[in-house]
Amino acid sequence: MSALEIAAAVKAGETSAVAVLEEHLERIAERDGEIHAFNLVTSDLARAQAEAVDAAVAEGRDPGPLAGVPIAVKDNTCTRGIPTTCSSKILEGWLPPYNATVIDRLGAAGAVTIGKTNLDEFAMGSSTENSAFGPTRNPHDITKVPGGSSGGSAAAVAADFAPISIGSDTGGSIRQPAALCGVVGAKPTYGVVSRYGLIAFASSLDQIGPFAHTVADAAALLEVIGGHDPRDSTSIPAPSPSLLDVLDRGVEGLRVGVITELSGGPGGVEGIAADVAARTRQAVSALEAAGAIVSEVSVPSATLGLSAYYLIAPAEASSNLSRYDGVRYGLRVDAATTGEMNTASRSAGFGDEVKRRIMLGTYALSAGYYDAFYGKALKVRTLIVRDFAAAYENVDVLVTPTSPTTAFGFGDKTADPMAMYVNDVCTIPSNLSGDPAISVPFGVGDDGMPIGVQILGPAQSEPTIFAVAAVLEDVAAKGGAK
Amino acid sequence: MTWSIEPTLPEGWELVVGLEVHVELATATKLFCGCANQFGNEPNTNVCPVCLGLPGSLPVINGTAVKYAMQLGRALRCDVKPGIMARKNYFYPDMPKDYQTTQYDQPTNSNGSLVLPDGFVVGIERAHIEEDTGKSTHVGGGGRINDAVYSLVDYNRAGVPLVEIVSDPCLDTIEHAKAYVSGLRDILLAIGVSDARMEEGSMRVDANVSVRPAGTTELRTRCELKNINSIRSMGRAIEYEALRQIDLYTSGDNPRQETRHWDEAAGRSTAGRSKENLDDYRFFQEPDLVPLVPTAEEIAAIDAAMPALPSARRAALMEASGSDAEVVATLVDRGQDTMAIAAIDRGADAAKVVTRLQHDLAVDDFSKVTAESFAELIIMESAGDLTATQAKQVLAEMVDSGGHPREIAEARGFEAMEGDELSGLVDQLIADNPGEWQRFVDGDEGDRKKMQGFFTGQIMRATKGQADGRAVAELLAQRSAG
Repeated sequence: MSALEIAAAVKAGETSAVAVLEEHLERIAERDGEIHAFNLVTSDLARAQAEAVDAAVAEGRDPGPLAGVPIAVKDNTCTRGIPTTCSSKILEGWLPPYNATVIDRLGAAGAVTIGKTNLDEFAMGSSTENSAFGPTRNPHDITKVPGGSSGGSAAAVAADFAPISIGSDTGGSIRQPAALCGVVGAKPTYGVVSRYGLIAFASSLDQIGPFAHTVADAAALLEVIGGHDPRDSTSIPAPSPSLLDVLDRGVEGLRVGVITELSGGPGGVEGIAADVAARTRQAVSALEAAGAIVSEVSVPSATLGLSAYYLIAPAEASSNLSRYDGVRYGLRVDAATTGEMNTASRSAGFGDEVKRRIMLGTYALSAGYYDAFYGKALKVRTLIVRDFAAAYENVDVLVTPTSPTTAFGFGDKTADPMAMYVNDVCTIPSNLSGDPAISVPFGVGDDGMPIGVQILGPAQSEPTIFAVAAVLEDVAAKGGAK
Repeated sequence: MTWSIEPTLPEGWELVVGLEVHVELATATKLFCGCANQFGNEPNTNVCPVCLGLPGSLPVINGTAVKYAMQLGRALRCDVKPGIMARKNYFYPDMPKDYQTTQYDQPTNSNGSLVLPDGFVVGIERAHIEEDTGKSTHVGGGGRINDAVYSLVDYNRAGVPLVEIVSDPCLDTIEHAKAYVSGLRDILLAIGVSDARMEEGSMRVDANVSVRPAGTTELRTRCELKNINSIRSMGRAIEYEALRQIDLYTSGDNPRQETRHWDEAAGRSTAGRSKENLDDYRFFQEPDLVPLVPTAEEIAAIDAAMPALPSARRAALMEASGSDAEVVATLVDRGQDTMAIAAIDRGADAAKVVTRLQHDLAVDDFSKVTAESFAELIIMESAGDLTATQAKQVLAEMVDSGGHPREIAEARGFEAMEGDELSGLVDQLIADNPGEWQRFVDGDEGDRKKMQGFFTGQIMRATKGQADGRAVAELLAQRSAG
């Protein structure tokens, strides 16, 4: 059952929230041992929430649009009194005294928080192999990675541990694992979903978004978590976008652009696999067949995004992660002086990838290097914003592959950070520009593993890109992605 | 008060001082959260996830703090421009995020000035908004972080709004430095944005001190003096430091750039951190906040509501009274300038107004004396309706119980002594005391003085003190000349 079907059935009294929850907990008990989507299954909390939903239904009150729907939450989202680890040893044992805004909104909507999902430590990675608590496995093939950093949230949906989940996307961390796990994943416009309570990786890029099996479920979830939050100064002062109402409006007359540089062809970025490029072309043809007007668009700076991102994100991270100093919470390794205690705690608490990015970011911001690195990256970011804005003067949406390849094997890319970083080449531009993007499953690759197609649009164009995704979902369901 | 240059420096040297003054803004709540901004509460009671810098928390700027900062900027004749918050990155246990949110290359206020009572203009480079840190107490050892057995941190102060006012290195004497700080305090109190108490730390002064051969313009190596607890202590610390540097230069040595800790009890400073390796704070724009952009309307409203500031009040009183700077400064300090100007406007003699205020109204509470009644008193005195002695007595009663000077004078029987009546009395006395009169007319200086005293005493006795001593002296002089 989809999330919307569950909510309808719970509200109608056809099933109970508790029954739905137990069914999912059973599946988790059966299979999460091998998948490891969860850092923590919050059975007690979930049972209490489910009982409250059932009580509301019994009393004739409306339990909300996600009544009784189990949801998995990425473990970098603060949950009051429940461990929130960022899959890092440095936060082991820390209990947040407050809920993230999205957690409060999910609770108010009747959702049932089933557990906290695994991620690359502090959301830094593209395979969930950087978790301090061990990797998550791809439910489609447990010898493959689920993608990352929200690998646990993607796998939880793919394995039917929960019909929907929450992830965060700083440089593709929702969309890439969604593609690799064969589920829907969206990064909303920067500022649509409150970041309050999302443990920061790179503040100017981080955005919370939904995972689901269906575009409609993802839309329903985004409607619940979106909308202005006065506790986040970068939150857009507007209500959550209305999506479910416009999902079926189709693509008749819609102008669809294909980004030359991200199509796998000559002159574009290297490394986009032939099967992925072919599926993307097939998706574009399907949209054309559904009435869209297709053209090719050049966005030259799109290829520079990766380099800019790997300076801006580590720079912000180096500052955001300073607070893990052993003084107030989390891991402390005692030493003779305060400074030595800081160093010992951070050395023991952070994994290699986090340390690598802290060093990279510290260097990029240092006196004498700022202009050449961080300063230049900001200029590239401005260029990307401008190039995409120019592209959107001629097209309504852009289509690219989500990930250059299907899911890869464990250890395939861990030895070479650059090979891992290239995974994010198609997803990063929308984080830099702040624009929304959605990944929708569209067939499988030569290896039988899922492929995702990404639809990009200008700021606050969620209704449009979700409608396009719904068309592709429909095409794939009817066998059009084979 | 005196502004003469104190001869503290050896011949041939001059002082160069720049001051960094941190001022806590008297807002109800902290800069980025709703916690109370209060001094003296139990440690760690005014704290929340935001000011403790807990993972996932986000700052929201306090609009009142920004308004206060802009008010101060306008009072200091600064350019008030869009301000950008930035992060200043360094590790310190009492700084919860291990970065300070402050302003860097785009401060709200820049390029201002403060005019000292003697007309000296102190350039103000900037007055930027930032957050305060927590307060550390180092227990054991020497009470400093490096040799303490353990340290306690109180985060009540963390996130309290500050404005840091940075002067140009233009202060050339200790007296100017002192006058600048007390001038700043006067302005802060006048506009009501801070209680500016140095002893409670709501106003903190760091002094950058260097010396140079008199007449040169070079800026030599400076030392930064910290732990200054009062204006007096600042004067001592600057003097000690200047003499220390001159000693070094004259013995063929050079000062090192360093932070020095002033020990008020010992009357000397000790070397702290060396600043040879300049700290690299890796400033970058705070991504969790948006730019602070004042509207033209906001600035106009601030200007319209701006009370008269001490320098403007001094200028106005100087123009109205023609008195010298020192007297004017005294009256403005006591808040008597408004009364002085009002009395002068009502026709009271300016010189008499200033004299009476300066000498006979040097009291803390003169609230019962209205400008109107004070003006009347001076006019009565000038018209000869009251003698100087009587005027003082009437004024003293007005201070104690208010009231109208004419009524007080009547009640006390201070009747006007007509000029003719007085001149008749004088003639009678001369006739009755020919010997004394002869000594007055022909005697030497001593005799003349003695006899003047004799005649005045006789007149006062005859008139029960109602005669004006000066009028008597004038009459005696006339008669002896005639």
